[in-house]
Amino acid sequence: MSSNSLAVDKSGNLPSYLIDEGKRKGILAWLLSTDHKRIGIMYMIALLSFFAVGVTLGFLIRLELLTPQGTIVNPQAYNEFFTLHGVIMIFIVVVPAIPSIFGNFFLPIMLGAKDVAFPRLNLLSWYLYVVGSIMILLSIVLPGGAADTGWTFYIPYSVRTGTNMIFTLTAVFILGFSSILTGVNFLTTIHRLRAPGMGWFKMPLFAWSLYATGWIQVLATPIVGITLLLVIIERVFGVGLFDPTLGGDPILFQHMFWMYSHPAVYIIIVPAMGVISEIIPVFSRRTIFGYKFIAFSSIGIAVFGSLVWAHHMFAVGMSNNAEFVFSLLTFLVAIPSAIKVFNWTATLYKGSIELEPPMLYALAFIFLFSIGGLTGIIQGALNVDIYLTDTYFIVGHIHYVVFGGTGIGIFAALHYWLPKMFGRMYNKKVAKVAFWIIFVGFNILYFPFLILGWLGMPRRSYHYLPRFQVYHVIATVGSWILVLGLIIMFFNLLKSIRSGKVVTEKNIWGGESLEWQTQTPPITENFVDIPVVNEAPYEYKQNEEEFLEKEEVL
Amino acid sequence: MSAENQASVHVHRDDVATKMGMWFFLFSELLLFGGLFLMYSVYRYTHQHDFHIAAEGMNIFLGTANTIILLTSSLTMALAITAMQKGKKILSLSLQIITFLFGLAFLVNKFFEWSAEFREGNYPGSPILTAKPSGQILYYGLYYTMVGLHGVHVIAGMTVIAFMIRFTIKGIITKDNYVKLEAAGLYWHLVDIIWIFLFPLFYLIT
Amino acid sequence: MEENKVQHVHTPGYGIYFYVWLALITLTALTATVAGVNFGKLSIVVALIIAAVKSYLVLTEFMHLKFEMRAFRIFVIVAILFFTILIVLLFSDYSFY
Repeated sequence: MSSNSLAVDKSGNLPSYLIDEGKRKGILAWLLSTDHKRIGIMYMIALLSFFAVGVTLGFLIRLELLTPQGTIVNPQAYNEFFTLHGVIMIFIVVVPAIPSIFGNFFLPIMLGAKDVAFPRLNLLSWYLYVVGSIMILLSIVLPGGAADTGWTFYIPYSVRTGTNMIFTLTAVFILGFSSILTGVNFLTTIHRLRAPGMGWFKMPLFAWSLYATGWIQVLATPIVGITLLLVIIERVFGVGLFDPTLGGDPILFQHMFWMYSHPAVYIIIVPAMGVISEIIPVFSRRTIFGYKFIAFSSIGIAVFGSLVWAHHMFAVGMSNNAEFVFSLLTFLVAIPSAIKVFNWTATLYKGSIELEPPMLYALAFIFLFSIGGLTGIIQGALNVDIYLTDTYFIVGHIHYVVFGGTGIGIFAALHYWLPKMFGRMYNKKVAKVAFWIIFVGFNILYFPFLILGWLGMPRRSYHYLPRFQVYHVIATVGSWILVLGLIIMFFNLLKSIRSGKVVTEKNIWGGESLEWQTQTPPITENFVDIPVVNEAPYEYKQNEEEFLEKEEVL
Repeated sequence: MSAENQASVHVHRDDVATKMGMWFFLFSELLLFGGLFLMYSVYRYTHQHDFHIAAEGMNIFLGTANTIILLTSSLTMALAITAMQKGKKILSLSLQIITFLFGLAFLVNKFFEWSAEFREGNYPGSPILTAKPSGQILYYGLYYTMVGLHGVHVIAGMTVIAFMIRFTIKGIITKDNYVKLEAAGLYWHLVDIIWIFLFPLFYLIT
Repeated sequence: MEENKVQHVHTPGYGIYFYVWLALITLTALTATVAGVNFGKLSIVVALIIAAVKSYLVLTEFMHLKFEMRAFRIFVIVAILFFTILIVLLFSDYSFY
């Protein structure tokens, strides 16, 4: 951010944030940078590396389940594998993913700000994130072995097991802290740093989704933080808190765990919905249908989503009243999600749709998330849920929501914004091929889960009955296809960052939000002059003149 | 745009944002303790009798003394901010130091209280405590965890105040720029509020 | 849009804080005294009401909530409401055995 960064190059462009190193040089210019864009990139590198680890574990789990008896690993290793897969994918990958990468990079730009409200706090949360992630890795390599409780850490096994629980629990606690700080930062940024003229209802919907997410992060995350801290205290000091031998109530642990971990599903999915709300209008060239409904449904999901946690516990013996209340609330939370889906499809109607790679992912999101959401509603019904609890149906459902929703949402965001972030375009043909492989592989992998669950296959099971094998084999083959697609996709994107076609035009896709009015890639402080916002977002009336005028000003 | 303009943007500060961020963080702290209060309410509900009996072992005098110490430290903290607003640096500095010392007094008090409990054998995992009914084990479990976590927050608050004292001496906190002190004050008052609830729940339910 | 301005200076005198402190100490004395009286089930309610009044005083006076923008007060209400709803829903399980 030094003042000589204002030197203009030959083509009249200012040096981008990738070139302008500020006071420090080389790697330190990244590791000590408080620039939200550099922090976003650092998150991306860390997070996608862990995504690769998580995918590898998932791949190995599928390979293990190819036969009804042991195939490649022993039962203890299998338990550690699915625990690690869950912990890494949930707490390290999908919970922080979209806010940390794309929220960090684009929220200030979309609001017309130079940075987030607390840049140094932002860097701190990245470091916390890395420390937490490294502790998970330590839990694998240190003697004792990785946690084997499943990612839910249920009492009493989590106080009894001899594995490195403390590392895993501390790691999740630290990751939660990082998530809280990100939430604090974004909430303050949205309140205080909107550009002149940008009222609440002129904000892009992505910002709305991050606002809703921020509140859940701030209010719900501390509850799981304290709960896991208590398990640590119980393990280390033998204080009686949850352990039934000391009079504790294991069900209370489940209540407190899900008080965060269910809203966490919405921390996971709402930002992805925000991404989709950005992409759909751009590639249908239409103003988004029902802007306010989508904005408020984000808040609605945040509110209702915080009140449904006990639907994970219908089979543990709660009181009938509680089961009734939580079942009702669970059905209610479907409404705001459905509003979004209806609005997206209504936006598509009569739009001039361009099937660019981001749009393909966005459409896949709607399809897969709908399956995920509807299978969720099925489990909201008490009697059905008793039958489906702890079966593969749950596993299928969570993967359709979390991978089909947020995972695909991340891919959509990558294809949408990566050219803006690095000023280089990927090979669109390869991207589309990769998309179709991923889409097909995904469904071959996860749809059999739903059938398996319906037939009664229990989750987290090392052995299974031979009659389930055919579905397991199909799913495992699906995992190979999916991984192939992922490899092609990431290879294509990485290649584009290194040697893709250079893009310098500001507005790559014809979007209307502010990130398309800055230079590609953006300069260190995003805007030379802080923009003034006069219009509602997503106004696709052909305002060519205005557009040119703005370009001249910039 | 000239370099001067660019520089002027950097000195721009938004005190409201600083306080807003602090408040959001305080909500997190509130819910962190909120989880514990949830546990307390459930266990108290399911083990009412045991909680009453266990609470009788508490030293009400020390608890009340600590309440008064923390309330007074909140007063001195609020006064320190007002003094700074009025530009009385020395007064503000002394009030901050007094606040810090009150925090220390609170911890010393706590130390005596806990060592008394430990001498009686009411520490986690002790044979005496483990032999008691499960409600009492839970009461002591919650007591040590909640009061302990609160103590950690007192230490954190004192650390923050120590930094504020340093900033005041170095002239970073001034009559016109005291938002850091205000944020520190907010944190300290939150620690106070949590104690306001811990006090009746653990000492006064006999 | 709220304006990005350095805060307005509001300098209440020292006096008000002493009164608040006095009220807080009085309430502490009160709650410690009535703890000896057996209100039965009500005693916890009395203790919590007094604690709530004390917190209210700290929030509005010491923490300057009464000087802040309205948004701050709404935030506090949202946070407290959230916690209240959690307790109510949690007790939908525990209070109906």
